Amino acid sequence: METNHSNQMDLSLVEKDSLFIEMHGIVKRFPGVLANDHVDFDLRRGEIHALLGENGAGKSTLMDVLAGLYQPESGTIKVKDTVVNFSSPRDAIRAGIGMVHQHFMLVPSQTVTENILLGLDRPRFRLNLKDYDQEIADLGERFGLKVDPRAKIWQLSVGEQQRVEILKMLYRGTDILIMDEPTAVLAPQEIEDLFKTLRAMVAEGKSIVFISHKLQEVMAISDRVTVLRKGRVTAAGLSTRLTTRQELARQMVGRDVVFFLEKKPAKPGEVVLDIKEVSAENDKGLHALNGVSLNVRAGEIVGLAGVAGNGQRELAQVITGLRKCTAGKLFLHGQSITNRSALFGILRGIAHVPEDRTLVGTSPNLSVTDNIIMKKYRQSPIARSGMLNMPVATKFANQLRGDYDIVVPNVETPVRLLSGGNLQRVILAREISGQPSLLVAVQPTRGLDVGAIEGVHRLLLAQRDAGAATLLISEELEELLSLSDRVFVVYEGRIMGEVQIGGSEPSSGLIETVGLMMTGTPLEQIRQGEAERHV
Amino acid sequence: MSENSSVQPSLQKRRFPFRLYFEPRLEEPPRWYPVAVSLGAILFALIIGGILIKLAGGDPIRSYIHIAEASFGSVGVLSDTIVKATPILLTSLACSIAFRMRLWNIGAEGQFIMGAFGASAIVLTPVLPANTPAWIFIPVMILAGMLAGALWGLIPGLLKAFFNVNEIISSLMMNYIAIAWVNFWVFAVWTEGGFQMTRQFPKNAWLPRLLDYAKAIPLFRGLTTHLGLVLGIVAAVILWFIIYRSRWGYEIRLIGDNPRAAQYAGINITRNVVLVMMLSGALAGLGGMSEVTGVVHRLQTSPVAAGYGFTGIIVAWLAKLNPLVAILVSILFGALILAGREIQPSGVPKMIQGVILVCLIASDFLLRYRIRVVRTGEES
Repeated sequence: METNHSNQMDLSLVEKDSLFIEMHGIVKRFPGVLANDHVDFDLRRGEIHALLGENGAGKSTLMDVLAGLYQPESGTIKVKDTVVNFSSPRDAIRAGIGMVHQHFMLVPSQTVTENILLGLDRPRFRLNLKDYDQEIADLGERFGLKVDPRAKIWQLSVGEQQRVEILKMLYRGTDILIMDEPTAVLAPQEIEDLFKTLRAMVAEGKSIVFISHKLQEVMAISDRVTVLRKGRVTAAGLSTRLTTRQELARQMVGRDVVFFLEKKPAKPGEVVLDIKEVSAENDKGLHALNGVSLNVRAGEIVGLAGVAGNGQRELAQVITGLRKCTAGKLFLHGQSITNRSALFGILRGIAHVPEDRTLVGTSPNLSVTDNIIMKKYRQSPIARSGMLNMPVATKFANQLRGDYDIVVPNVETPVRLLSGGNLQRVILAREISGQPSLLVAVQPTRGLDVGAIEGVHRLLLAQRDAGAATLLISEELEELLSLSDRVFVVYEGRIMGEVQIGGSEPSSGLIETVGLMMTGTPLEQIRQGEAERHV
Repeated sequence: MSENSSVQPSLQKRRFPFRLYFEPRLEEPPRWYPVAVSLGAILFALIIGGILIKLAGGDPIRSYIHIAEASFGSVGVLSDTIVKATPILLTSLACSIAFRMRLWNIGAEGQFIMGAFGASAIVLTPVLPANTPAWIFIPVMILAGMLAGALWGLIPGLLKAFFNVNEIISSLMMNYIAIAWVNFWVFAVWTEGGFQMTRQFPKNAWLPRLLDYAKAIPLFRGLTTHLGLVLGIVAAVILWFIIYRSRWGYEIRLIGDNPRAAQYAGINITRNVVLVMMLSGALAGLGGMSEVTGVVHRLQTSPVAAGYGFTGIIVAWLAKLNPLVAILVSILFGALILAGREIQPSGVPKMIQGVILVCLIASDFLLRYRIRVVRTGEES
């Protein structure tokens, strides 16, 4: 393996643009769907090649084929000019191809080091983990992947877990790293860190396939881009220097995309949610919230901006009764909801779109109907003295299926068979149809395609105009600024400040202010600095 | 997964003209499909069983006919099959409801024995005098049996709910305590002349049997099917409604499938763990009561603690935790136990039972995966 590797390094000096990967005429069929229809794809040494397309365009399928998870019906794959046929991811890794999936494949109760060593031949017998801890810390250092090798996975933020996945592949010596929508789970700062890592890898002669549906990122990070639409290539290997965002958007969706939202001016009413000096701990028992105060009025969307892992998750859990706070008070319509049960909040109209739609928001093997009545099964007309009125429940589910455009053969389908977008619509339908007085929406558009995101945004605005109070917690700054009427910024469990957003497109000064707050500068300091500059 | 298969498959010669691919099913199969797969699995198992019989020097066809006759051939043997199926049905219901919530109650055996004990205590203590009319005796014994079983389920339930003690271990251990406990009473306190059994219950403490009505309906002569069957079927129907049509059942299904979603929906998991373990214990206890008052008519460890609690685990799984399907599977199991004894006390019939089980459980694979046959020529 080693000698082989160095041989090829020499070759690369001769042939600078040598192809690492050539995929030709790949066809992959799923029941009822042609996921890849004669797709060609190639990857050069030392490049970042983006694979762009909407959800369901076949990007992940194509890369799953390359990573040995699926066998294509037809087509050939060449790695370094050799035809290969992977029957498992192990084969792909042996050929130097590693993939980091959207859903991480880590053992929560084990440490970072243990996860990275898992499945390897060494250590053979004695687990002298300390040496490996150091080795992994060094590897992380080299590529700018900061993570404590001795931390247990469940204690890590999503961003950190992703770093572990990347380290896992690097440790196995992969030359080709496939990243499936890596930024979907990251905050802006983490995205910047990831990009640095990717660039460091490319500088060492590795190649990266970057799956995404975010144009901005594709333009920022990749050298070339291949666009897929409905299983077909619509643009192959375009250089990002020679194309434009608009052009790529057109190739991707086949229609013009609306980037900004029209919205009516907000008519804020009485205070619905009032949070006063709330503190709470995270799963590790560390301070996650330190005296957070904010309020949300009826008829407005209040955004909470911040880099992932700064207490957003904990705040949502405290409001919805899923986590106890250690200090402070919360009021809903003036009534204390401090440390009350989740049920207490549900019965008083708190709706919650959770961060994690498969682990928390839905029950995979239960039907669409069962998932839709999750918050309503206690109340008439679905509940009838201890029993469930199934005809009413089914009718209700069918009605929401129509209203919210949930694409399923029937409402008896278990939701594990639904796509991410449809699953999110099931959750939104359930939470919004209850006409909540307060909606806590955490990352409501994560992982959705452009069309679906627009739909979710319209729903949230309709809610606002109907007089609901919405707390929108998101790591997509663009989304927060275009939807919210006010934005609070949280940093290390503290509110850095609050900014008003007008009806128009946010100014660059405003974005800069929010960005500064997200990196830990309180609003007063920013204002002071400005004042001093003017004097 | 060898080196050359991954790198250069084109050079490798394939011995077989076909290759099998297994793919996960992405959509729900039609409704008839699971039924057809199960029947196919049984047929497949019978063919293997036939080969076994042939190897043992028997005639497969005649043996199968004999088995069928020995368990379903006449009203008499059918009745015996049902008598065997009744305790299995109740323990399988006990397991289904607990497994539904992913509570691995392995203690149905102990809860069954405690149910038998609780019912017997009414007669033997005595709580009620021996001349109490049956219409008071039987309901009181049913309650006592269910309570004793529920108590035996409550203990691992509380341990699980409040101290997160693994219920598999605790409920399994409770089985041994139950057997020892009942042995103590049977050997020492309630022993009949030093034998390892108690005295027989008075007739009015027996569950009514079909043969009790033989005077009015001659067909019922000698039929030992007892009221326990009705109790079992009623329990199955009620349980079906609880699981699929009640608010509580919805909570149980939701907790079983995704506890974090249940928490998010405001459901109290701790309370449900305790309640479901109690219901599970009560159902097994009802089984023990039915066995001791319907068949054995005295308290005695050996025929009561015959492993019905463990058979119930298998039956619950084969019935896919559906209480109504459990009725059918229990009867099939009753037949297998009975017919097995008919042909040979041990050996081949037990092997056939085992083969059927393995095939049925393995056939589940076909519900989750699709098999695609590809000719090797087509691939390239």
